[in-house]
Amino acid sequence: MAIQQDNEVTKVVDHLFRHESGKMVAVLTRVFGFANIEQAEDIVQDTIIRALETWKFGKVPDNPQAWLYRTAKNKAIDLIRHQKVKHKIESELAPLLKSEYTLVPSMNEMFRENEIKDSQLRMMFACCHPAINTESQLTLMLKTLCGLSTREIGNAFLSSEDTIQKRLYRTKEKIKEGHISLDYPGADNMPARVDTVLKALYLLFNEGYNSSHPEKLIRDDLCEEALRLTLLLTENPKTNLPQTNALLALMCYQASRFGARLDDKGFMVLLKDQDRTHWNKFLIERGNNYLNLSADGNRIHEYHLEAAIASVHANAKSYEETNWSMILQLYNNLLDRTNNPMVAINRCIILGEVEGYNKAIEELEKIKGLNGNCYYNTSLGEMYLKAGDKNNGIKLFQNALELTSSNAEIELIRRKINLCK
Amino acid sequence: MEKFVYLFKGGMDNSQTASPEVMQAHMQKWNEWMQKLTKDGNMLGGEPLHPEGKRISGTKKVVTDGPFAETKEVVGGYLLINANDLNHAAEIAKGCPILEVDGQVEVRPVRPM
Repeated sequence: MAIQQDNEVTKVVDHLFRHESGKMVAVLTRVFGFANIEQAEDIVQDTIIRALETWKFGKVPDNPQAWLYRTAKNKAIDLIRHQKVKHKIESELAPLLKSEYTLVPSMNEMFRENEIKDSQLRMMFACCHPAINTESQLTLMLKTLCGLSTREIGNAFLSSEDTIQKRLYRTKEKIKEGHISLDYPGADNMPARVDTVLKALYLLFNEGYNSSHPEKLIRDDLCEEALRLTLLLTENPKTNLPQTNALLALMCYQASRFGARLDDKGFMVLLKDQDRTHWNKFLIERGNNYLNLSADGNRIHEYHLEAAIASVHANAKSYEETNWSMILQLYNNLLDRTNNPMVAINRCIILGEVEGYNKAIEELEKIKGLNGNCYYNTSLGEMYLKAGDKNNGIKLFQNALELTSSNAEIELIRRKINLCK
Repeated sequence: MEKFVYLFKGGMDNSQTASPEVMQAHMQKWNEWMQKLTKDGNMLGGEPLHPEGKRISGTKKVVTDGPFAETKEVVGGYLLINANDLNHAAEIAKGCPILEVDGQVEVRPVRPM
């Protein structure tokens, strides 16, 4: 009998299936070529099913990762040997896969750690090709690199599974038709292509960080995936650019506050009221480290400024002891580069701490066209409240209430209204 | 204590579309259940089974290739269990995670020699 009385059940590391799925899809798509991505996905799905069926009886192998790779590899080799690959293999490996002499060794090679990372990076570039719109870039990354199902992606973006499926189909077709290869961009194109990938990862992180999605778990997952992929970019000299480190620093700082952002009931706690002892010191140190590494070259990227702002917050002992004038300077700089109205609002809030709340109100009211924006109304309301003008404060918070459907935000605004009474 | 066999049938019909995360969570539940059976002294052993196989039948010893049944009826594995009586064995089987995914547990007493 296989199961001994004293058998200790090994706990499989969190997200093992999900993370390894993403890796295996990247590797096998590179092996088969993008035209055969569905076959790569099928092999991986079958591999995970087999793992589930075998391991659920309590016998998790000593090295689960190696088990998964071996199973997927054998399935792929079988498919190639019996020429069951749907479209012709057009990857750079095609000649090696055709000969029995080199088939198995080449497959083994592709499942080495370095090659896996390499395949993930190539996949990232393909997913974030400039010809693909941002929404589709994120969807395809979550599916192929992060191992999320269409249902989970739909859930994360609050769209139906059907919508996600159609979007994925169209995106894959576009890549196939456009003959977007899984090759690295040339050296000339590299910085621009890296920027596109970073932008997608930045948005993915924000989708998790700022979204009002009712399930906390999903938001954390998106942030974690964005962080993981950005980290991967720093591990390869081709993609380890100053802006990559700046973005990673920003993500580390933001993620360091995960433990303090929500109260026991799951409601948002504003920066000012957060218990700083719950900030993750390890992540703040990582953030400081990546921010240092990002100070290279002669180009200042927006991520540098955003990371620097987050760094001042993260390293401040208390809200009161925050170096507001430093943050204001960084915001001024950031606003010069972007026309982002959210940046403009945030700058005004900081201005309130430096030059007084009336000044902030004055500047906020100069921003036009945002009266229908919830965040604008709460920010202005907050400044009025701080300036002691409760009547105007209450008016703005009530406006804001009409502009959101998020329970967390509604609760937060209700609390503010109570403060105004 | 008497011996019983659990035969697991079907379950996870949606495994072709289930996400890796969902499958891992399901596996975790199995592992926890198995651990509990072991801790409580009910577990004697068992193995998962491949859906494929061969069947040999008749005096002519005809060999047919599997799988032999509808997905829902395929035996995916078995456990040998210690329990006080059939009711107790059935009660323990209620904790099996396969029931959450449309599967069944068949409880069969081992006939003593």
